[in-house]
Amino acid sequence: MNRYLIDSVFFGAVISLAAYEIGLLIRRKFKLAVLNPLLIATVCVMAVLLLLNVEYKHYNEGAKYISYLLTPATVCLAVPLYQQLALLRRNLKAVAGGITAGVLASLVSVFLLAKLFSLTHEQYVTLLPKSITTAIGMGVSEELGGIPTITVAVIIVTGILGNVIAEFVCKVFRIEEPIAKGLALGTASHAIGTAKAMELGEVEGAMSSLAIAVAGLMTVIGASIFASLM
Amino acid sequence: MKFLRQFGIILFISFLGELLHIFIPLPIPASVYGLILMLTALCTGIIRLGQVKEAADFLIEIMPVMFIPAAVGLLDSWSALQPVWIPVTVITILTTIIVMAVTGQVTQHMIRREQRRKEHSDNE
Repeated sequence: MNRYLIDSVFFGAVISLAAYEIGLLIRRKFKLAVLNPLLIATVCVMAVLLLLNVEYKHYNEGAKYISYLLTPATVCLAVPLYQQLALLRRNLKAVAGGITAGVLASLVSVFLLAKLFSLTHEQYVTLLPKSITTAIGMGVSEELGGIPTITVAVIIVTGILGNVIAEFVCKVFRIEEPIAKGLALGTASHAIGTAKAMELGEVEGAMSSLAIAVAGLMTVIGASIFASLM
Repeated sequence: MKFLRQFGIILFISFLGELLHIFIPLPIPASVYGLILMLTALCTGIIRLGQVKEAADFLIEIMPVMFIPAAVGLLDSWSALQPVWIPVTVITILTTIIVMAVTGQVTQHMIRREQRRKEHSDNE
């Protein structure tokens, strides 16, 4: 049976969609933030691959057509952003200040924690771009002499984590303004966080999309400066 | 047909983003160039909202699904991650919370300060 799964072009895509349906179903049933559909789907697919002994590369033969849509979908984030342009103009100072503070907080906290755990320079620069979107982060890590495979893994974990804990963090730190919520999600956990922001509301989604691009570009410059500190 | 044309426009912008990514030697992905191009096209009126709206809404709605293959790929990077997983996990959790809290708090603080100032000047 394994043979048929490996050869199939559709297996990877079908199992991903089915796993997401299961994730949606479970969330509807229990309504807990930890039961995030993306998280459940990922765990389900991993379990199936391990149980049936299917390698990732065979799964990805079919699943890559889903990832293919990621670039066009990110391009589309310009649409909600365009619709909130007036709001953005009115709050330009707060938006710029918030994203800058977030990017600095990311670089400084990675620097301090890397010192605390006495990480090597290679491990430190691997973690520097952890909050930004995968494609930019991978490039930054490579350029600074990090290990891109680990950077990608950490970026994805950061995204899912941000997506899952966002509502909790906003409650604890009393972040109530939709603009602030959106920027927090996008700056801390890039496109995967933005998927959550889109669920929270139009303003949140638009601001989170903006943060992906702005925080990503700021980190390209900031990370190269911070890399020389350790 | 309308849906197909919208999807075509979105793919075309993605393609232009890809070209910029190839020709500009910066670690900026095609998707970010594409996002900026799309926003510029909408602002200048080269593309009208109605020419992309429905397809864009659909793609954004199904976006979480697109991260499943990459997330499942963590299976393959486990061997690289294993020797450093404890510090990496601690750093990942702490910094994610810190960045989220700082960004949100600073933004909210600045918005509210601005609002108060406006109310104040309205009263005078």
